[in-house]
Amino acid sequence: MTESTRLRSRHLINNIMLGTTGVFTVFIASVLLFILGYLFFNGARNLSFSFFTELPKSTGETGGGMANAIVGSAKILGMATLIGVPVGFLGGVYLAEYGNKSFAFIVRYVTDLLNGVPSIVIGIFAYTLIVMKVKHFSALAGGMALGLMMIPIAVRSTEEFLRAVPNGLREGALALGTPKWRALATVVIPAAKDGIITGIMLNLARVAGETAPLLFTALNNRYWSPGINQPTSTLPVMIYTYALSPYDDWHQQAWAAGFVLLMLILAINVTARMILNRSRFSGGR
Amino acid sequence: MNSSETVALQSEARVPRGVKARSGARAFALRFFSGDEIARLLVTVSAACILLVTALLVYELWINSHLSREKFGWHFLGTQIWDPNAGQFGALAFMFGTCVTSLLALVIAVPLGVGSAIFLSELAPPKLSNALTFCIELLAAVPSVIYGLLGVFVMMPLIKSYLHPGLKAALGWTPLFGGPFYGPSMLAAGIVLAVMILPFIVSVSRQVLLAVPNDQREGALALGATKWESTWKVVVPYAKRGIYGSVFLALARALGETMAVTMVVGNTPQIKASLFAPGYSIAAVIANEFTEATYDLYVHALIELGLVLFALTIIINGLARILVSSTSKFSVNA
Repeated sequence: MTESTRLRSRHLINNIMLGTTGVFTVFIASVLLFILGYLFFNGARNLSFSFFTELPKSTGETGGGMANAIVGSAKILGMATLIGVPVGFLGGVYLAEYGNKSFAFIVRYVTDLLNGVPSIVIGIFAYTLIVMKVKHFSALAGGMALGLMMIPIAVRSTEEFLRAVPNGLREGALALGTPKWRALATVVIPAAKDGIITGIMLNLARVAGETAPLLFTALNNRYWSPGINQPTSTLPVMIYTYALSPYDDWHQQAWAAGFVLLMLILAINVTARMILNRSRFSGGR
Repeated sequence: MNSSETVALQSEARVPRGVKARSGARAFALRFFSGDEIARLLVTVSAACILLVTALLVYELWINSHLSREKFGWHFLGTQIWDPNAGQFGALAFMFGTCVTSLLALVIAVPLGVGSAIFLSELAPPKLSNALTFCIELLAAVPSVIYGLLGVFVMMPLIKSYLHPGLKAALGWTPLFGGPFYGPSMLAAGIVLAVMILPFIVSVSRQVLLAVPNDQREGALALGATKWESTWKVVVPYAKRGIYGSVFLALARALGETMAVTMVVGNTPQIKASLFAPGYSIAAVIANEFTEATYDLYVHALIELGLVLFALTIIINGLARILVSSTSKFSVNA
């Protein structure tokens, strides 16, 4: 009798606990749906054509857009890519193809360390490196900060995908008498191309939403900022500024900007993962 | 193909690797002009660049905080006063806020995250598990400023009208949940942080759990354990170190998180027992005051705060990586 009640209680606990883990999972996944739904509802409603084409209106006036912030974000992300991706990619090639034991270990370790540095600290670094020296805020400093953040992930994703290329390909190319660099450039790297491009896309999506390192490097700007040497406004910083302002109209613009930014980032994420899955199934890795 | 041809081919193939086989200036020049040495130089310099940049980062933080380090010494970490007008700077209130909000986030996120990692690795059919994991990992892609936006306009009103009265009625007698609630508070920051670090806990814990050999599960089930008993008493302990690693990784994220916390924490440098009270965090004060810092000592004090934050996250990250890599061979992309 006691045996059977004990068994029953064990089964009850089993069901309760397993059910709870299921509920937790559904809860977390539904947070994403909630965020998407809420931003869609609030953002799309406040989105208008002028959001993409006009400059921000001055305080108190309604309407206006964030055209300068969109261009500013694109400009800073472009600079970040130019700074971060070449160094990260070549560093990844070094780790996967050339690295000797001790130096490669140090590089790998320091890369992980750099990856763990909080983005606001990276912002301080870019500030001391550029803003302090030239005495004014600039898009270049912002691009530098984001570029630094891109390096560690570019290194590790490049290394990972190069390592997944079968050794037979390398040996085959070398056996034909090709120098190592040509074997890498024409056989090994093209074989890992899909993965490496995906890694760069995900990397870009990650820094596209970064706000903290831009606060005191690129700062903000109500107007267009030609060139790379002036304070520049970006979407994330605009969202931050507008969300904390006391004006309802600005809040609505913040929602619209948040919606645009999130859709952009999620679209990159989903596309990148789809490319990766496709190449995985076709044996492209 | 005769044998002499084969030998010739083999020795050709060895040329790029057999650097030491041929020596002398002429051989070096040959390799250099064939591009191999240039390529090696290029990638090695890039790798060295990463070391250099990181070293430069530490150096700049150290040099540009010297005024504050020299003036306050270790007292910087032990005093609570932060008064830019009087030139007095102490980090204690910010360190307190950073630690409290991060720990609160862990208290909320660890049970939820580990629970759902168990569901995803042990119970859910692979297709469902992959789809849900995809959703949860997308949460990590949402920028922190958007979490802040939702925190300010959605979550704070929700806490105010539902969570706060409930907590106050049930636990209001403890100092942790005493006092009035206006909205911006350490509680709000902790909850936003919890949502932000959940994806890391779930995705790393799930990987670690999936790496537990099936013999372990089968052994426990064969002894008559229920599914839950086999999971909780055998599989989870087996993956324990990896799960701790995921928690430390999440903690490092939470400590350095800036925007979402800045927007909901209330930005008041004080040390209060109540979670309903507004607070401040290291990252938030840097974000708020850096452009307003009008004199050198002020800037240096803020940069020293950055140095403190840097040191904290490096230590926690290091611990996390040791724990995760000792249980599994996964690369940690967080």
